[in-house]
Amino acid sequence: MENSLIELKNCGVIRNNKWLVRGISLKVNQGQIVTLIGPNGSGKSTTAKMALGILKPDEGSNTIKSNIKISYVPQKISIDWSLPLRVIDFMNLIEKFTTSEIEEALSLTGIKNLIFSDVRNLSGGEFQRLLMARAIAKNPDFLVLDEPVQGVDYPGEIALYKTIQEIVKNINCGILLISHNLHVVMSQTDHVICLNGHVCCSGAPKSIVKEPEYIKLFGKNIDPTLAFYQHEHDHQHLPDGSVDQSN
Amino acid sequence: MFDDFLFRAFVAGIGLAIITGPLGCFIVWRRLSYFGDTLAHSALLGVLIAYALSFNIILSVFVISGIISLSLLYLQKKTYLPNDALLGLLAHSVLAIGLVLLGLLTFIRIDLMGLLFGDILSVNFQDILIIWIGGAFVLLLLIKLWRPLFAGTVNSDLAKAEGLNPELANSIFTILIAAVIAISIKIVGILLITGLLILPASASRNLSSTPIQMVIIASIVGLISVVLGLFSSITWNTATGPTILSVALGIFVLTLFPWKKLLISKKEIRLINK
Repeated sequence: MENSLIELKNCGVIRNNKWLVRGISLKVNQGQIVTLIGPNGSGKSTTAKMALGILKPDEGSNTIKSNIKISYVPQKISIDWSLPLRVIDFMNLIEKFTTSEIEEALSLTGIKNLIFSDVRNLSGGEFQRLLMARAIAKNPDFLVLDEPVQGVDYPGEIALYKTIQEIVKNINCGILLISHNLHVVMSQTDHVICLNGHVCCSGAPKSIVKEPEYIKLFGKNIDPTLAFYQHEHDHQHLPDGSVDQSN
Repeated sequence: MFDDFLFRAFVAGIGLAIITGPLGCFIVWRRLSYFGDTLAHSALLGVLIAYALSFNIILSVFVISGIISLSLLYLQKKTYLPNDALLGLLAHSVLAIGLVLLGLLTFIRIDLMGLLFGDILSVNFQDILIIWIGGAFVLLLLIKLWRPLFAGTVNSDLAKAEGLNPELANSIFTILIAAVIAISIKIVGILLITGLLILPASASRNLSSTPIQMVIIASIVGLISVVLGLFSSITWNTATGPTILSVALGIFVLTLFPWKKLLISKKEIRLINK
């Protein structure tokens, strides 16, 4: 396809005579959300790194469309205490933005008030929102989110996923999302790829619960109703915990 | 003006302080303190080769430290050994080779104390030229490299994913450290070079809340240390390098006091009194 942003063809990574992942093929098109799910150590991050071009596959090929702007939200960043770094400095890490651009991105993820805080004083969830804000501010063509909601509380998680959906709508970028949260996968994504060293199964979100390989991996005990549970809150919480009065 | 040895010492020292500030910050951020030490150990070999071939000391030390830095990058990729083991391996084997060479080359008589602790008062006009031109070059490269180097310091994967080349920046940075160590050998000596890189940056960390601030304050702390240190070493006739570092240590100790808190609590007391 012509509008495919990245494409992995039968990719594999071998380390110390062990294949971390093998036979991975995937494609992310413009305006599409592709979700990678799988247990710990199943090679989700490795696959993401191949899609980003950080890691060269030892077999197969990774093609990244030329001249596209890539944003990356890595799984974990630990910042050394010796480095004095405020939120605004982190926002400008790779590309320099104007203060109003930064404020806009930070308010999208709900942490505008923290713009001058030291990065290490942020909680896990706040830091995650910062990573997201920086990725959004770049206006990317291709966005890779490696477990973007880890450490974010449940209402915050939903809010972040809504933000992700809005981003796709607004800037029409392709997203590769890594998650272990089935519920959210179901409700947001176009295409799911279930990974465990290789592609176990893939398909549109609704079909995946029927695949036997998938059931073998996670067991039969996943409650399908839980996966489809619809929250019907009569109010919403703002990131700081207060109730949103706007509606 | 350049005939006066004191004036030359000041010009050389100030030039050096300006570069060691930003470079020292990156060394602290990237946890490379022992890397500086390793390069300094290799400097003895560089000095000996310079004497044996009657070559410029600074250039010779730079070449040897450069080779050591590149060997480290190579060994990091080739072996399973941790960084500190590799650094120890390189530092002590190169020092050993240097000492063996010192025994063999009996015709060379070098001022060992000067080599170990520096002799800023013997700086000549050529040295000043090398420090300022070399220093300006290092500083320019560092400014050019700032984005990939800094982003790579925060998170290498992130920088790489978004189109920067932190690995290349890192390799060039390693060579820059070698260059600065070579430049500073005459001023603070082999044993204390790492101190001149790390002390101002550490003192600055206690005072700053942004990376740029830390870099600038580190240069200022270095500058004050060099100027005060030089004056003191002349006044009390002490070794120059150690005196400069002692002043830097004094500044570091001063930065440990909770100045901000003291000021705030005074304000609060005033408010309460009102």
